[in-house]
Amino acid sequence: MSSRLLVFLIPVIVIAIFWVMAKMERGVAHDPTHKGFFERNGTVLGVTFIVLVAFWTLFLVTLPYLYMVVESFHPKLPPMQRGGPDDVLTLEQYKSFFVTPTDGTWNTNHMSAFVFSLIASVLVTAFNFAFSYPLAYYMAQAGTAQKVRLIMLGLIVPYWVNEILRAFSLRLLLASKGLINQALMGIGITSEPIDFLSIDVGLYVGLSYAYLLVMVFPLYNAIESLDKNQIEAARDLGAPWWKIHRDVVIPYAKPGIASGCTMVFMLAAGSLAAPQFLGGPSTLWFTSIVYDFFFQAFNWPRGAAYAFILLAACIAFVMMMLRLFRVSLGETIK
Amino acid sequence: MSAGVELDHVTVRFGQFTAVDDATLDIKGGEFFSFLGPSGCGKTTILRTVSGFLDPSAGKVRIGGQDMAGIGPNKRPTALIFQNLALFPLMTVSENITYGLRVRGVSRAERMKKAGELLELIALPGQGNKLVSELSGGQKQRVAIARALAVQPKVLLLDEPLSALDLKLRQHMRNELRAIQQQVGITFIYITHDQGEALTMSDRIAVMSDGVIQQVADGKTVYDNPDTPFVASFVGENNPFTGRVVSADATIAVIETAHGPLRGRNPKNLKAGDKAILFVRPESFRLGQGEAQATVAAETLSAAFEGNATHVFLKGSTKKDVTVTVARHGGNRIPAQGERAAIHYDPAMSVILPEGKLARE
Ligand SMILES: Nc1ncnc2c1ncn2[C@@H]1O[C@H](COP(=O)(O)OP(=O)(O)O)[C@@H](O)[C@H]1O
Ligand SMILES: [Mg+2]
Repeated sequence: MSSRLLVFLIPVIVIAIFWVMAKMERGVAHDPTHKGFFERNGTVLGVTFIVLVAFWTLFLVTLPYLYMVVESFHPKLPPMQRGGPDDVLTLEQYKSFFVTPTDGTWNTNHMSAFVFSLIASVLVTAFNFAFSYPLAYYMAQAGTAQKVRLIMLGLIVPYWVNEILRAFSLRLLLASKGLINQALMGIGITSEPIDFLSIDVGLYVGLSYAYLLVMVFPLYNAIESLDKNQIEAARDLGAPWWKIHRDVVIPYAKPGIASGCTMVFMLAAGSLAAPQFLGGPSTLWFTSIVYDFFFQAFNWPRGAAYAFILLAACIAFVMMMLRLFRVSLGETIK
Repeated sequence: MSAGVELDHVTVRFGQFTAVDDATLDIKGGEFFSFLGPSGCGKTTILRTVSGFLDPSAGKVRIGGQDMAGIGPNKRPTALIFQNLALFPLMTVSENITYGLRVRGVSRAERMKKAGELLELIALPGQGNKLVSELSGGQKQRVAIARALAVQPKVLLLDEPLSALDLKLRQHMRNELRAIQQQVGITFIYITHDQGEALTMSDRIAVMSDGVIQQVADGKTVYDNPDTPFVASFVGENNPFTGRVVSADATIAVIETAHGPLRGRNPKNLKAGDKAILFVRPESFRLGQGEAQATVAAETLSAAFEGNATHVFLKGSTKKDVTVTVARHGGNRIPAQGERAAIHYDPAMSVILPEGKLARE
């Protein structure tokens, strides 16, 4: 049997193990008042639950990823040879990220795109946070209910506009003959138009804007539950506003900050459309490379391997940051 | 070092609503001064105006003679203890206590020393490294006091700081607060709706109702010589008898009530024909027939034994019963339920005031 199919046994084995463990546990700690799952819900409803949950976890979540993992450890083969003698397990797809398979030189092209994507994502996250924090603080603590509703609306409504329209309108704004350059030249700040797009300003602005809500809402949630008296107490003890934020608000909102930053970073690093529409001509976003492997070169194994390299790097980076700021993973998803 | 606080015709409005109405007061340096009034009467609003979180709509606040207009709460020589304490949950006890010093740039060594001293003062030595959540209610209370005292305020503002504690602890903390105040010697402005707290701790009390200061005096004066029916009925138990003055001289007036004509002191110089209320405290009543115009007779409704005394409730002319506190000594026989009992009082121990609003029961 092919190793590709073998992997699908894993979830079945895991389920079996849990089943056995549950059976054993029931044998050890028998509670006579306890009613079984089917007793509580009825057979029809119980079966429906199980089927739905199983379908969701297996077919929609577990299996596609497992399939991709398996794929990434195989060579690229024409459909005829799949499952044949050449279809062996291999690390060559992962290796190709570091060393170009054709000529054996360092694959600087892909590695630099990778590093650039991660650094740019960090910048986007930082920029996004710097913008979202004051906004979230205002909404959560300072603003009147009516103004907060207005801001919420202002934040949400632009999301009804589709991504392409949003990206291209931003392009129009930032282009050499765009509104901003015209205005800058009009009031005489510059004489030459600034090429915002090729220095990736469009990319940063677009990505930050795209994930603004993802940052604002966790921050808002966290700050909103802070007792106003805490802020006033700090103020009463003589703290200027920035020390109040440093010592009281930010430590309190840390889980929300971590949650927002994690999500924005992950989403930015994995985003595809905004970098393509708004990046400069020489900007190569890592996900574009992955995309090309899947849909231009039809090299699914290599695309999958690259995608997993990105995923692993993002997770590692996030874990490192959480540890650095002493936030536990559990706190960020509260 | 302490400083006095002056309120000069201070009015605070929230939109149309007037929370504090033309308050004028002169709190002396080093005084233990209380604001006493029912919930919602504007006590917290006054305190927030003194601490700088609210600006008066009209009038001036002066601390140590200096006008506070335009000076923010972080720049005033006051420290506020919040109703819910508002300790910082993510900081240790020491960090909480020395936070005010930290924002002033005091060195770490200095802060640690100060924390040690203050922990000593509040009787929590060596507990500086605990988290606030590990402390009991009374201990948190004391940490909040230490945190406020650490910045060496000239005026300490306390917003019902004992309301969250249980009865025993509350009584204990009263003495402790008073002792701390005497030790540090600064002005304490204390807010409470509990008259017992105000009476036991304060040098002077301002009694408030609906944003208006009704009377400012020491506890004994407030209790014995209330200025208004509100003060008479809010501070301590009191039995009001409403009616119209039938005759009056400079010291004593007679008022026609549902229980007949009754006599009482006449500090407000009421004249015959004025609508008025006679107040007699439950402990001023004695069982039995007394002199004319100082005796009330009514049906006994019930009695409540309280150990050192028994409260007897007689049927009043309004919904409110007449309460008599009968001290526990040999001669007194508690009247049985349904029995018609006579009680009398010394008119010098009662007071007749012009008609006005009573405290809600
Ligand atoms: N920020 C505010 N906006 C509107 N009304 C307020 C505000 N703060 C207090 N009030 C009103 O002012 C009155 C006095 O409040 P407060 O000073 O807190 O009373 P107390 O402390 O005596 O219980 C209350 O009726 C309250 O509803
Ligand atoms: Mg209050």
